[in-house]
Amino acid sequence: MPVTILRRLLQSILVLFVMSLLVFIGVYAIGNPVDILISPQADQAEIARATAALGLDRPLAEQYWVFLRQAAAGDLGRSFAFNVPAIQLILERMPATLELAVAAMLIAIVFGIPLGLWAGLAPDSISGRTIMTGSILGFSLPTFWVGLMLIMVFSVELGWLPASGRGPTVELLGVPVSFLSGEGLAHLLLPAANLALFKLALIIRLTRAGTREALLQDYVRFARAKGLSEARVIFVHVLKNILIPIVTVVGLEFGSLIAFAIVTESVFSWPGMGKLLIESINMLDRPVIVAYLCIIVTLFTLINLAVDVVYSLLDPRVRLADAAA
Amino acid sequence: MNPGQTPFQPRRRIASEFAESRIALAGLALLIVILLIALFAPLISPQNPYDLAQLDVLDSRLPPGAQSQSDGGRTFWLGTDDQGRDMLSGIFYGLRTSVAVGVASTLAALAIGLCFGLLAAYFGGWVDTLIMRIVDIQLSFPSILIALILLALLGQGLDKIIVALVAVQWAYYARTVRGAALVERRKEYMEAAAGLALSHARIVFRHLLPNCLPPLIVVATVQVAAAITLEATLSFLGLGLPITEPSLGLLISNGFTYMLSGKYWISFFPGVALLATIVSINLVADQLRDVLNPRLQK
Repeated sequence: MPVTILRRLLQSILVLFVMSLLVFIGVYAIGNPVDILISPQADQAEIARATAALGLDRPLAEQYWVFLRQAAAGDLGRSFAFNVPAIQLILERMPATLELAVAAMLIAIVFGIPLGLWAGLAPDSISGRTIMTGSILGFSLPTFWVGLMLIMVFSVELGWLPASGRGPTVELLGVPVSFLSGEGLAHLLLPAANLALFKLALIIRLTRAGTREALLQDYVRFARAKGLSEARVIFVHVLKNILIPIVTVVGLEFGSLIAFAIVTESVFSWPGMGKLLIESINMLDRPVIVAYLCIIVTLFTLINLAVDVVYSLLDPRVRLADAAA
Repeated sequence: MNPGQTPFQPRRRIASEFAESRIALAGLALLIVILLIALFAPLISPQNPYDLAQLDVLDSRLPPGAQSQSDGGRTFWLGTDDQGRDMLSGIFYGLRTSVAVGVASTLAALAIGLCFGLLAAYFGGWVDTLIMRIVDIQLSFPSILIALILLALLGQGLDKIIVALVAVQWAYYARTVRGAALVERRKEYMEAAAGLALSHARIVFRHLLPNCLPPLIVVATVQVAAAITLEATLSFLGLGLPITEPSLGLLISNGFTYMLSGKYWISFFPGVALLATIVSINLVADQLRDVLNPRLQK
């Protein structure tokens, strides 16, 4: 068991190292780092001073070492546009993105598992087929277009929900959140539903496939033979067994929710990290782009590591396979 | 195969099995129409949407079905955008750009992924480990993130977006080809080819490659749809194609500002065109997957 975690940990560190190298090559070696790290408004003297201060006249290997050391210390440069440390700018926006992603995941789970169970229990019924067709649409529809349609229907035509922004936020343990006030919740609803759509389709399909497989297993037949109620068979015996893959996917997909939040945040003007990234790309505010990249890579690596570890805890077969290897 | 059956003709079998699903046939028909529109857009469009001489500001933001204010009462069936451009023509041209970018990037990624996947499977050992580790790491990040970062570092333009789409997609092909090739490699015909002392290149490209193609065709079809969606998303975010070569994503993005004031058609119809393209490709891919899957063969 500790061997598995240790191996995954080493792998994660390797990924982080490779990624830092790629970022470094992207910023320092391919492009002209002066363009990327120094404000375009700077004059010749300023550029010369900044070049020396950033150590851009030193050999590449040394520069990489400095870059690594500064990144590890959380120093990823200052934003040109806001003149504050880039990392601070991103950390300020992170709660909004996390709130959106968590809300979307909750919607996907709360609606996805029951719908998937239903479609798995009655695969040939009209309702079961409708659910599956709907989930195919969920995969096919481009996220940004669904977002536009949600705005068109619920904000413009019906006027029920606000189309943009986060609404008033309430401090929860020092972190601003939207979901605690009625108006904030109204602002959260459309973007969260938009972001949830793809994951909802995924969870429906996973649950349905798992249910159909589980229903054929001997333990289900045995539970029925014992005379257990159908509700107990489904909610205790079947559901418990199909949860393992669902938990894994929920964990793994959380990272992709944060990535896809870039699109949803842009559509709904949700003030999160993703919208910041797009604005920074448009304003050529490169230190922020580099900082976003470093943070998101670290986040992904941590999520993948956590999922691997949790998975090996949940599923004894993974542990056994590792022990045998 | 039962005696008395017609001789084995893979193409005919695939065609007839494909036709068994009506919804797949409908998807194929829709896809053919879309491809024809994309191919002949300049010939069938009511106007050239990017010839400024043909546009009239008086015609801007007209609703669907409205008559032109200036030239002889032409009807704009899908309305006009903020520059008085006929949406129908804009969509035809946009479709052309979107499909071209999707197909071009898919073909390039296919070629690159194919080579790396075959290399990994044929030689094994450290070559395999190295290539597949890179593939694994890349696939653990969402494609939109990788494409965005590449565009942020490279800048914008048609060539750059194709580079980004290729970089995002190649790993899928590499993994698929490697999987298929590992299975094929153990078969007797490979041993026979090696026994004949054929060159590595000949074995890989004449014997191994053709037998790995079916799963690749399925992945490539799905990926064209994914590439078109990704390109539309990037263009919508303002990081894709320049305004001179608008794809469907850019058209949708242009209309976004007007949607809040109820002028839905500028975004809505390009979105429908995008949707029809993606859904028709996915329907065809879905049926192809069933038809080309040897495990499901009757």
